[in-house]
Amino acid sequence: MTSEAMTSEAMTDGSAAGSSGAPAATDAAWCDTLKSQFADISGKSVSVYTSIVAPEDKPQIDSYKAFEACTGVKVNYEGSKEFETQLKVRVSSANPPDIAFIPQPGLLKTLVEETGAVKPAPKSVADNVDKWFGKDWKSYGTVNDIFFAAPLGANVKSFVWYSPKVFKEKGYTVPTTYKELIALSDKIVADGKKPWCAGIESGVATGWTLTDWLEDYMLRVNGPDVYDQWISHKIPFNDPKVVAALEKVGEIVRNPAYMNAGIGDVASIAATKFQDGGLGVATGTCFLHRQASFYAANFPAGTKIAEDGDVFAFYLPAISEDFGKPVEGGGEFVAAFSDRPEVQAFQTYLSSDTWANEKAKATPGGGWVSANKGLDVANLTTPIDALSAKILQDPKTVFRFDASDLMPSAVGSDSFFKGMTTWVRDNASSQSVLDTIEASWPAS
Amino acid sequence: MFDFSSSFWDWFLRPTTAVEKISVMVVAILLFALIVGAIIVAVDRPKIPNWLVVGGFLGPVVLVIGGGLFYPALRTLWVSFTATRDALGDNGKKIINPSTGQVTKEDYFYGFGNYGKIFSDGALQKVLLNTAMWVILVPLIATAIGLVYAVIIDRSRFEKFAKVLIFTPMAISMVGASIIWGFVYDFKDPSVVDNQIGLANQVLVWLGLNPVDFLRYWPWNTFALIVVMIWIQAGFAMTLLSAAIKGIPDDVIEAAKIDGASGMRLFRSITIPSIRPTLVVVITTIAMTSLKSFDIVRTMSRSNEEMSVVANEFYTQQFTRGQPAIAAALAVLLFIIVIPIIVYNVRQMRISEGMR
Amino acid sequence: MTRRALKASERASDAKTKLSSPWASAVAIILAILWTLPTLGLFITSFRKPADISGPTATGWWTIFTNPSFSLDNYDKVLTGGASSLGSFFLNSFVITIPAVIIPIALALLAAYAFAWIPFKGRNFLFVAIFALQVVPIQVTLIPLQSQYVAWGLAASFWPVWLSHTIFGLPLAIFLLHNFMKEIPREIIEAARVDGAGHVKIFFRVLLPLLVPAIASFGIFQFLWVWNDLLVAIVFAPSANLAPLTARLAELSGTQGANWQLPAAGAFVSMAVPLIVFLALQRYFVRGLLAGGVKG
Repeated sequence: MTSEAMTSEAMTDGSAAGSSGAPAATDAAWCDTLKSQFADISGKSVSVYTSIVAPEDKPQIDSYKAFEACTGVKVNYEGSKEFETQLKVRVSSANPPDIAFIPQPGLLKTLVEETGAVKPAPKSVADNVDKWFGKDWKSYGTVNDIFFAAPLGANVKSFVWYSPKVFKEKGYTVPTTYKELIALSDKIVADGKKPWCAGIESGVATGWTLTDWLEDYMLRVNGPDVYDQWISHKIPFNDPKVVAALEKVGEIVRNPAYMNAGIGDVASIAATKFQDGGLGVATGTCFLHRQASFYAANFPAGTKIAEDGDVFAFYLPAISEDFGKPVEGGGEFVAAFSDRPEVQAFQTYLSSDTWANEKAKATPGGGWVSANKGLDVANLTTPIDALSAKILQDPKTVFRFDASDLMPSAVGSDSFFKGMTTWVRDNASSQSVLDTIEASWPAS
Repeated sequence: MFDFSSSFWDWFLRPTTAVEKISVMVVAILLFALIVGAIIVAVDRPKIPNWLVVGGFLGPVVLVIGGGLFYPALRTLWVSFTATRDALGDNGKKIINPSTGQVTKEDYFYGFGNYGKIFSDGALQKVLLNTAMWVILVPLIATAIGLVYAVIIDRSRFEKFAKVLIFTPMAISMVGASIIWGFVYDFKDPSVVDNQIGLANQVLVWLGLNPVDFLRYWPWNTFALIVVMIWIQAGFAMTLLSAAIKGIPDDVIEAAKIDGASGMRLFRSITIPSIRPTLVVVITTIAMTSLKSFDIVRTMSRSNEEMSVVANEFYTQQFTRGQPAIAAALAVLLFIIVIPIIVYNVRQMRISEGMR
Repeated sequence: MTRRALKASERASDAKTKLSSPWASAVAIILAILWTLPTLGLFITSFRKPADISGPTATGWWTIFTNPSFSLDNYDKVLTGGASSLGSFFLNSFVITIPAVIIPIALALLAAYAFAWIPFKGRNFLFVAIFALQVVPIQVTLIPLQSQYVAWGLAASFWPVWLSHTIFGLPLAIFLLHNFMKEIPREIIEAARVDGAGHVKIFFRVLLPLLVPAIASFGIFQFLWVWNDLLVAIVFAPSANLAPLTARLAELSGTQGANWQLPAAGAFVSMAVPLIVFLALQRYFVRGLLAGGVKG
């Protein structure tokens, strides 16, 4: 479960008010190139189907204006909260959209392998991706050695939200190592408060927050290579290394002295909406909340999100120095179900640096970044987005995609969620939970 | 080049504007009216053989029902006994289409394997349990309420008006009902928000109790959904039972009264036996409706699997989980459960036909 | 029918004089109010200001009586509010429902006529078979139908929705119309035959006028069924271009955050039409119910 799907659930009225408005670059070079590649597409239309619904669809729609002005193609946008199920229904009833933004590479793989309905990306898109994205990002959009889907947005999940204001009052400092993080937690406990808060309730995807925790810790405890083996099932899901990582998560998440600040006991994590889980950071009832960059959208209007503001986030520190600076993140990918020239022109536009910057400018409320190297950090309007972009572009960063999005959906969006929910709700043993998830891994 | 035929089909099959939609709607209606008209005119000749008349009148219906209900049901039955796997090529590897990336799959006979999974999988067992709760509780409670109401209202001067109020939920979509009740059940964490806006929790607060998140914990969340269905179905029960009670001959009641029966005894010994056939119809009908209930669970459960029932799980397995064989087995299971009801109804119909 | 009705009304007046008790009336009224409260609550809510419904200043709808404030904002947003507007879904609901009511009636009239008035071999068996198919769960046929529509190139249009509702509605339509047709005295038909009337004349001149109430009964059933349907809609009309109100509404309420204003107003927009039809034609609906027409 990834960024846009989650943020859309976290929608709050007016969080995306206003827009950058008129595109000025109609006669720019990118436009001439695009028009020379795709002739005679003016007056045609392209349908786009996504999980991004009002009000967060506005920046998306606004960011297409430059394309529409340049090519004369009309982009029909449709967002649905039932996106993932309904996309499958639409494909199986031969009624697919032209373009869908797919938040999980695992879903892309399923669609490609089972329906054959996804069209391979044209060369113009592959060229853009080669130029603007890292190889790993291209690989997420590749199935069976065919490149299908260019990356769109991205997000960084390895963040801990805190309140700079409260930290200043209490004399706490932002930890830069894992040891400091635990020391800080203990200090808060010594001050008579619980430090951490969390919530994982999220409808069909209840539990995804904790899968992110485990993934972050897999990278930190076992490193990226084991992480990759774990995703591809070269090591079993219940490998002792995974048990060790989950136990490490438990040291914070299932620690009754740490959890669940301002909300209740450890079990209350399961019953708390993920959107509400970290709100205590802004109100001062909670001090630390591990959650992705897109959580910014959940704070009430008027909350200053900056390094010197009401709330901000710091990078969840590495546990050892063996594995560089591990970062877990997610993103969505542009899959096409039609190869009409106007559709391919739109794909080309979306994979360009032009669009990334247009989108940044069209998102004054923040909450959006891209792994596109052509994205000018100066165009990002909020400090948290700038921080995310900086982390994504940092050469020391070892980026790994959200594992649950890459695993088969029977695991990645089903048993993994459920297992983690049981783990925290019923205090089930780490071993037994991982055994159950392993048993659900589809045989092939 | 202007391609006439393709733009025609565009309008016919892919209407996008309001005008196009309305025109294709009118065309659809006219088309069927024309078919019906043509058939009637065709068979309305003297000396046309009887079988041709019957064929003309029944042909379209047999075609539609045979092709649209009977044949698909057989297909689903077959699918429920199969499973799918990746087909392997000569080299023993998956066969991947080099231009689309599609993997070739093959179906194979799987016997009762899918049914075995349904009965052994923990989550699906809960689905079956929930379904059983729906099928038992909704008809019994809705019928009981409907009966009590029919009896009470039979003596009331507000009969007509009160009946409409009880009956109206039947006209509301289950999606609408789900929104109405979702709002009744609305829960605000009292440690975060002071005011409850859901009626049910406000009543608890007025009573000095703590608010409850009705839709969170199993099995209470399933009961909460069952209440919605009872709310819808009680009106149906009331209407049929009320008519049945009014149909009891006066002389029967008078005779019983002369024998000294009154109140509860009259109700037990005269009313209930007299309306027994209607009671059975009401209970079986509501049971069937509850069994197939999909909308309420889908709209209200926030996709919480713990609240799922067979009718809803079918959709989840088919589309969300991509398990068409399990979905087919669930659909067949639904069908198997209604078979006794079909048999009973057919028998009843035969009896009433015989009486004519 | 008439004898019964007469008796019922006799008994009713009888009851009024003898049995009417204020106690029974009170209980009846209280139950009726209890039954109406959930709907009333949401209805009132749909007219409240967004700030009163969600957010930190939210209050229960019952406070409206002590602190009245009304606004049409929610309806304005739902009806004209750009991307979230229900207008086009409203149209889709009509476009789906009207043929889905008329087509099965047309086909069923033919079949019911044959079953009722043309003797032929295997008539009973066929009729019982169709009657039994009434209760086949839609789920059983959904997926094979879907692949059939795709194979015929009908997918992504209104045709799968119309055809599916026709298929699922036909058994009940035939059963109901047949029952009503059977009630028409044989002498009337015989007399018309003696006068030399053919099937067409008997059908249009004699039967159809007598069948209007029956057609109305089934028509309301099917109308409510189709208008309120969710399952057929989300499988066969999955895109916004085709989807009816119910599908959109289910989506609006999909994530139940604090935002009740849109689902509240949307629910009543979608309920308005069936409620009007229902309240206006209730008589026929009840008649259909009593004739054994029941569908789930």
